[in-house]
Amino acid sequence: MPSLRKPWLGMLLIGVALALLPFLIGKGLGNSWVRVLDFALLYVMLALGLNIVVGFAGLLDLGYIAFYAVGAYLYALLASPHFGLHWPIWAVLPLGALVAGLFGVLLGAPTLRLRGDYLAIVTLGFGEIVRIFINNLNAPVNITNGPQGISQIDPVRIAGTPLSKTLEVFGLSFPSVHLYYYLFLALTLLIVFVSIRLEDSRIGRAWVAIREDEIAAKACGIDTRNVKLLAFAMGATFGGVAGGLFAGFQEFVSPESFGLMESVMVLCMVVLGGMGHIPGVILGGLLLAILPEALRHGAVPMQQAAFGKVLLDPESLRMLLFGLALIAVMLYRPAGLWPEARRKREFTAGKAS
Amino acid sequence: MDTFIQQIINGLVLGSIYALVALGYTMVYGILGLINFAHGEVVMIGALTALTVIKLLASSGLPGIVVVLIGLLAAIPVCMALGFTIERIAYRPLRNAPRLAPLITAIGVSIVLQQLAMIFWGRNYHAFPPILPTSGRDIGGAHITDVQIVIVLLAVAIMAGLMLLVNRTRLGRAMRATAENPQIAGLMGVNINVIISATFLIGSALAAVAGVMVSANYSIAHYHMGFILGLKAFTAAVLGGIGNLPGAMLGGVLLGLIESLGAGYIGDLTGGFLGSHYQDVFAFFVLILVLVFRPSGLMGEKLAERA
Repeated sequence: MPSLRKPWLGMLLIGVALALLPFLIGKGLGNSWVRVLDFALLYVMLALGLNIVVGFAGLLDLGYIAFYAVGAYLYALLASPHFGLHWPIWAVLPLGALVAGLFGVLLGAPTLRLRGDYLAIVTLGFGEIVRIFINNLNAPVNITNGPQGISQIDPVRIAGTPLSKTLEVFGLSFPSVHLYYYLFLALTLLIVFVSIRLEDSRIGRAWVAIREDEIAAKACGIDTRNVKLLAFAMGATFGGVAGGLFAGFQEFVSPESFGLMESVMVLCMVVLGGMGHIPGVILGGLLLAILPEALRHGAVPMQQAAFGKVLLDPESLRMLLFGLALIAVMLYRPAGLWPEARRKREFTAGKAS
Repeated sequence: MDTFIQQIINGLVLGSIYALVALGYTMVYGILGLINFAHGEVVMIGALTALTVIKLLASSGLPGIVVVLIGLLAAIPVCMALGFTIERIAYRPLRNAPRLAPLITAIGVSIVLQQLAMIFWGRNYHAFPPILPTSGRDIGGAHITDVQIVIVLLAVAIMAGLMLLVNRTRLGRAMRATAENPQIAGLMGVNINVIISATFLIGSALAAVAGVMVSANYSIAHYHMGFILGLKAFTAAVLGGIGNLPGAMLGGVLLGLIESLGAGYIGDLTGGFLGSHYQDVFAFFVLILVLVFRPSGLMGEKLAERA
């Protein structure tokens, strides 16, 4: 990571910019955009988690959202009036990460022998199984409250202060979305840091070796079974953390948020940004999270200006443009928007991976 | 016992539809190694196109079968043109790109088609006009309608025709050669681009037939039907061993049977703990089990591990 070797001044400037960002956006565009930014950070965490599985280890996972769901529901069950439990975030988030990690191993174990597209369909099936169970586990024992989802989830509390209310400190007022922004930013940075350290570690190199050639990796003495399981578990852990934060932020979870389309969306972020390349993945996550919202807000005024009336409803226009954007980006930059240098070299040398 | 036979019949009908769609997936996969995510949407477009034509002609006084046939004949060229265009625009430029790139464009195409269908046909469910005969016959206490019989027979006939095409004709031989190794096939004088286009045309025609069958069987069609159908059909293709034509048929029929038997009996098996809404879980669970013990599907060849 060259950015780590830049002078500390650059880091400081980026830090200040990130800290001021919600105020600038809140002033310029309104606090609903800070909320969009909060969601974008959640998606960045998810994309970084999936990047470990797909980008580093090369295991195509189409059911990644299941881990997000596990994290979110664990938080929802342990901190809501549904069971009357109100555990603090410090207990729930690590537990969510752990349980999601266990689910990762659960998924990884039977799929170790599968490769490529067989793996894709099994992970997809796993994601659907988790969603269907969440959707139906309201009878005979009501665990997940079925399709209605769980509401009135406790907001995240830090040192006794709920993040769902505006906080006044030294005459500065921090609305709820700003507070969540800082929390999410801190955890995103943590996840980025862990990702970078993992990439440079022995395990990270083992993952890349498996991605490039599993048999050669095995021949070099890499315990491919454990290393692959670790990739699944690690990626799932990130997903679990993001899920817990999502539940606390939304104060509501329902099975609808965890469909296959969400898994596909996160995968698109990873691939579109540049698989295996952390800055690229972050870019992909931010773009795909913010772009559809921008399209949604821009669609109505644009049509009114162009045709004098609203021809297409903004929701379908948004999806239409999104689909076209996916196609266009892949056609013109098949290795992603910001690919890893190594991958780019391979690609321009005409070697398909 | 009659429930058992009834579920078998339902499973066979559903399974033959899955098999037709699965063939489209598996042919494309066999040749390009690509999951054609947009295939389910082609089925959907086929169903809605046919339904539009059928609705227009429903009150014309023609016999119901003829009307449906005209609808089908209208849907087939539309789907073939669609499949051809998709391959040209979204897959061909990426033939040598990293493996996941065409997957993403396929997802993009799928989203675009779904939204276009929604703009064109609206969000509503479209009911199939009641023009087909509702007569049927009873077998051992179970009921099968004539429409269902036609669906199964037609599917079997189409699959037999496809097998003949692939195994006995020049085009089929070229397709098999391309699937085996595109570069070498090209050196032997096979025009790969033509073969790949032909594969998409055939697969899309099958998708159109399947789309009409689904809407005739369930009397309903809507812009969102392609997604879950495509997912099931892809599961069927993988279950049978992706890239393998008889495997796709077997997988389709098996998945149909598993689903309807699972939906019928899962409540009894688990003492009422799991209800019939777990039928999808059942299908995926069987898929995972099969793949754990036979990682390349029921009829898939053991893939050579390429170094």
